[in-house]
Amino acid sequence: MKKKLSPAFRDKLVTSGIVVVFFALCLILTAAGATSNQFRGLIVPIAIYIILAVSLNLTVGVLGELSLGHAGFMCVGAYVGSIVSLLLGDVIENGYLRFPIALLCGGVIAGVFGFLIGIPVLRLRGDYLAIVTLAFGEVIKTIVRNLYIATDAAGLHINFTAIADMDLDPDTQKIIVNGAMGISGSPRDSKMWIAALLVLLTVVVVMNLVDSRAGRAFMSVRDNVIAAESVGVPVVRYKLLAFSVSAFFAGIAGVLYSHNLSSISPSTFDYNLSIMILVYVVLGGIGSIRGSIIAAALLYALPELLRALNTYRMVIYAVILITMMILNNNEKFKGKLSRFSPKTLLDRMKRKGGDRI
Amino acid sequence: MNVLELKNLGIQFGGLHAVEDLNVTIREGELYGLIGPNGAGKTTVFNLITGVYKPTVGSIFLCGKDITGKPTAEINRAGIARTFQNIRLFSEMTVRDNVKVGLMNEYPYSVFSAILRLPSYRKAEKAMNEKADKLLSIFDLGDSADLLAANLSYGKQRKLEIARALATEPKLLLLDEPAAGMNPQETEELMSTIRFVRDEFKVTILLIEHDMRLVSGICEELTVLNFGRELAQGPTAEVLRDPRVVTAYLGE
Repeated sequence: MKKKLSPAFRDKLVTSGIVVVFFALCLILTAAGATSNQFRGLIVPIAIYIILAVSLNLTVGVLGELSLGHAGFMCVGAYVGSIVSLLLGDVIENGYLRFPIALLCGGVIAGVFGFLIGIPVLRLRGDYLAIVTLAFGEVIKTIVRNLYIATDAAGLHINFTAIADMDLDPDTQKIIVNGAMGISGSPRDSKMWIAALLVLLTVVVVMNLVDSRAGRAFMSVRDNVIAAESVGVPVVRYKLLAFSVSAFFAGIAGVLYSHNLSSISPSTFDYNLSIMILVYVVLGGIGSIRGSIIAAALLYALPELLRALNTYRMVIYAVILITMMILNNNEKFKGKLSRFSPKTLLDRMKRKGGDRI
Repeated sequence: MNVLELKNLGIQFGGLHAVEDLNVTIREGELYGLIGPNGAGKTTVFNLITGVYKPTVGSIFLCGKDITGKPTAEINRAGIARTFQNIRLFSEMTVRDNVKVGLMNEYPYSVFSAILRLPSYRKAEKAMNEKADKLLSIFDLGDSADLLAANLSYGKQRKLEIARALATEPKLLLLDEPAAGMNPQETEELMSTIRFVRDEFKVTILLIEHDMRLVSGICEELTVLNFGRELAQGPTAEVLRDPRVVTAYLGE
């Protein structure tokens, strides 16, 4: 008989399988020309929101700290990624070479921001992280709204007042960041398959991290900080690790986002976006990576697909959200649902097979 | 050798002297009891030893090394593990993972080897699983290894707490009311478990307990606390005969 897979490994296999199958289908259908324009436009955003939800789940579900500023880290990633791409645009023509650099820069800088915010805040117990990340999201938004970056023959110009104050050389000037207008002209490097690959990367990294020494430390902090300390878990260090990794992937999602649209504006990365990601995490099941993936994909696509119903769109969306919330907490419904889970069906089939013999 | 020395230890919460001028010396391999009426400051002493509270005066030595005021996690790595009066397990984790949290400092590997599943990860995890399962089977928890800790019965949760504490390979084990909520037969079992743990894991044990049968049955030395101060100290049988101790427990 084949060696039995451990439950944790089988779980991970199923989750990454779902991601692979979903995006493979999308790519194949698109290649075959069987998808509508609207559907094609949804694939990269779905990937972005899956990455955001999975990474936020690491902080909220696994570490047990509430973060309300995920859009802020996404914003950092989006801006850094676009700035890098625009600056490198003349040097590296090849998008496949340039984009990984932008991704890495956006992710790392967002991660560094997470780390720096975490240092003072994660030492405290209680909901301080929620308050500070909430403020961080707003601060970042305000900073980038007033940020102007441009280049000309004299080099790089950065200020917080206006492009006009820079005395740019009109022949060679190139505006990169234009305050409240945001960034326009980022190369459209976010190809569907790259986005799919990044989702898979995020999911595998987060799952591997959770199923390790570090992941157990995160969960022990979530379940009981005092007990975690009493068995020698360096609590602050692991909180910082989880939060930085979470911010890193939010940054990656930001880079994907800014390279999927021809222009981005600071107002996108507001409080509502952070809350929306949190809604995906909560409705998908706190701590469940697979739940985050499914919830993010469904709940992002839903309002878009309901667009045909225009006026009633948000009403129906709200009803679906509330229904999900109620059913999520209903043991009876869960019991009924689990009767149809692949595991139970398989067990039942096995038992039937056994009866026959 | 003295495993634990408390010298002139005290802590004040506002105007309240929760613990005052406490001197205790525990020798290696000893089974030491800390008893006293409710509110005497016993758990506060545990919290002082494990760094949950910082003492206002006095010092704590572990095997001759000063650990006063160190952070809890560092004190654990120095060699003190504990259980809690109100059980504190990682309830949403499996029983095995609870123990594996305790083992994490003994089998280190980097975050990158975890993400990339390098051989160092596999090796450490395998060793950890073996060690965890061995510990669990010692405490009759082998069959429950894959259950969530929250789903264990009360008695098994107490055992799991001890197993998790022992996973950190402590020199000194602090047990906070291990027999709370147990019937006489379970207490009997617990007594032999505690003795077994001391001999098998070569660990010194300091325990808080109200159950006098357990205290007189296994403790070799006692300190009695009353209103945060030492009331009596010495060999168990002597201390329990002390009229002051009897008065503190039963009243005049």
